[in-house]
Amino acid sequence: MLDRRTLLLAGAAGLMLPDLRGARAQSPAQIGTFPEGVGTDSVFVGLNMPLTGVFSGDGSDLKLGYELAIAQINAGGEIPAAWGLKGKGVLGRQIRHKIADTEGKPNVAVQAATQFIQRDKAIMFQGSVSSAEAIALEELASRDKVLYMVGIAGSNDVTGKNCQRYGFRSQQNAYMAAKALAPVVAKALGKNLKAAFLVPDYTYGQTVYDSFSKFSKEQGWTQVLKETVPLGTADYSSALLNIANSGADVFVNICFGSDAVASTKQAEQFGVLSSMKLVVPNLSSFQDKEVGPELMQGVYGSCDFWWTLEDRYPLAKTFVEAFFARNKYRPRWGAHIAYMQTYLWALSVERAGGFNPVDIIKVMEGSKSQPYETTIGRVYYRAEDHQMVRPIPILRGKAPSAMKGPEDFYEVVDLVDGETVMNPPDLFGCKLGPYT
Amino acid sequence: MPSTAVLLSQAFNGLALGSLLALVSSGLTIILGTLGVLNFAHGALFAVGAYTAFVMMQATHSFVLALLGGCAVMLIIGFAMERLIIRHFYARPDEDQILVTYGIGMVLVEALRTWFGGNSQRVPVPSWGTGATKLGFLVYPTYRLQLIGIIAALLVGLYLVLYRTSVGLVVRAGIENAGMVGILGIDVRRTFLFVFAVGIVAVGLAGMLYAPVVAVTPDMGASFMVQSFVVIVLGGLGSFPGAIVGGLIAGEIISLTSAFNSAYSEVMLYGLMALVLVARPQGLFGTEGRV
Repeated sequence: MLDRRTLLLAGAAGLMLPDLRGARAQSPAQIGTFPEGVGTDSVFVGLNMPLTGVFSGDGSDLKLGYELAIAQINAGGEIPAAWGLKGKGVLGRQIRHKIADTEGKPNVAVQAATQFIQRDKAIMFQGSVSSAEAIALEELASRDKVLYMVGIAGSNDVTGKNCQRYGFRSQQNAYMAAKALAPVVAKALGKNLKAAFLVPDYTYGQTVYDSFSKFSKEQGWTQVLKETVPLGTADYSSALLNIANSGADVFVNICFGSDAVASTKQAEQFGVLSSMKLVVPNLSSFQDKEVGPELMQGVYGSCDFWWTLEDRYPLAKTFVEAFFARNKYRPRWGAHIAYMQTYLWALSVERAGGFNPVDIIKVMEGSKSQPYETTIGRVYYRAEDHQMVRPIPILRGKAPSAMKGPEDFYEVVDLVDGETVMNPPDLFGCKLGPYT
Repeated sequence: MPSTAVLLSQAFNGLALGSLLALVSSGLTIILGTLGVLNFAHGALFAVGAYTAFVMMQATHSFVLALLGGCAVMLIIGFAMERLIIRHFYARPDEDQILVTYGIGMVLVEALRTWFGGNSQRVPVPSWGTGATKLGFLVYPTYRLQLIGIIAALLVGLYLVLYRTSVGLVVRAGIENAGMVGILGIDVRRTFLFVFAVGIVAVGLAGMLYAPVVAVTPDMGASFMVQSFVVIVLGGLGSFPGAIVGGLIAGEIISLTSAFNSAYSEVMLYGLMALVLVARPQGLFGTEGRV
């Protein structure tokens, strides 16, 4: 039975066909690892993530998300069909993969990805937790003309001044997260507040700081202190001492991964959390569990995904259930981004009708007219900078007594429409390079 | 220019941070100064200490018992490392010692990751150390205040054992000429074993005491290892008093720079280390040509 929505989608797809045919006609027959990397029954995908170092918690979660998506897609069945995929694998080809530990370091990530491209003829590679490694991998992707799907990376630069034709990002950037979070937090905590910032000193920390200070100022907040610390700092005492003496009402902690855990624990010991409200622009995957609900209660932050969204989206429900059955815990941000974008790549390949990266890029760039239905509702990649336009969950930490289960750490207080918080595409100087 | 109160607060924090750095570095410098072995598994053993505290806390729910049990575990690890591996390397070149200890470090870190996963574990502050204490010009975490006293007592104890008893004398004589010490009827191998194990307990204890403060992850030792090297380069390679003074100087540099701009804390620390290496390569308390 054809309903109105199916007809509209079919119509839209029909309208797009001439464009795609045109695009394919212009696509080179040989580019990057195409067609060499397309076997008769399989293709290879390289997975990069930090399994050691500051971001290893998020990286391990990312890995499990990729593995689940690849296993489901290869097996075929109801779940891939619900995403819109046909049969087993992608265009009848099984996905083979290897995993590389990037240690969160750009140079290690580039070495690993280069091996994937040269040795394994990867048709696509994906993954990151640090924005610094995502930027390095994007550059490699565009140089070698192999598609790269960014993992966790919040810096504005990834789809800003360092954007690349061959890189796509599915998580929100710092600007989107801050614009979505600031009004919610200001409404809850107050308008005329003084804020002290703890900023990790690299591209992620600086751009999150820029964006959150801008949007919190628009809410009437004043910034009284900015403490910059190196990535991987173990002891934050000197910075926290300054924050404790700053007279601020709000402590904005931008640190991520195990840095977020250490700095939050130490902030509590310095009495910062009893005198100030804690705001975390981007909540790390396991910050809830590692810091504990006693300290995280009442904390506001944005996130890529929270597992209770399973109540809103059918694809989120099947994802959370399958992930839990396999790994015995609820998926976090890393696993979600990995899972979702592996499906989106597979869908884009099927829409393009082949593995030519130029065709796939054009499909993804054209996804505004044919959005993807996902675990977080309807999304698309913006053609101008390859940033995904998507809803942003705003979370608030639950008190231990309000938790309905061991992993019920957050309440989703808002799901902000991505369209309302996007930066103008040229704001951060994005110039996508050539296709060929 | 920061206010006097801020400078005083940071100077005090420098003392606390410095004492922690001194304790972390002491295990490295004990083994280097007495046995001449540069232990690149130092960072990993720091992490092993922290995880030992975590496991013992889960089992006993007492921080003191966790420390005691942890010390016993570290002692066993120290004995095993020395007997099975390190003693075969005393006469080998420095490069071999570095490679084997680096390898041991990698094995230990990956073993922790296999058993506990990559996420950080929670070790709570002991009940007698919770909260913050008002010191007039600043409010400071009670546990960190207590740590200053605990660490001072530990360092004095270690110094007395190693440098004011016959054990230390035998070790130093053994390093110079093990054969002659043996002829004198002293079992130098047993003394080496003891000193190595003490060094491992010291670094493990640092990990245990630091566990409630930092994120306990398998890789947590990496940054402490780097800082330990900076401290012993400042103080003088292998000099125990040098590690204490080096730790305090490093703590003060990091903290006082933060009073002006925290982004430059590490720059200043490494800048000072470079300066010391140029002006006095043997470090403040080191002896030229030793180690």
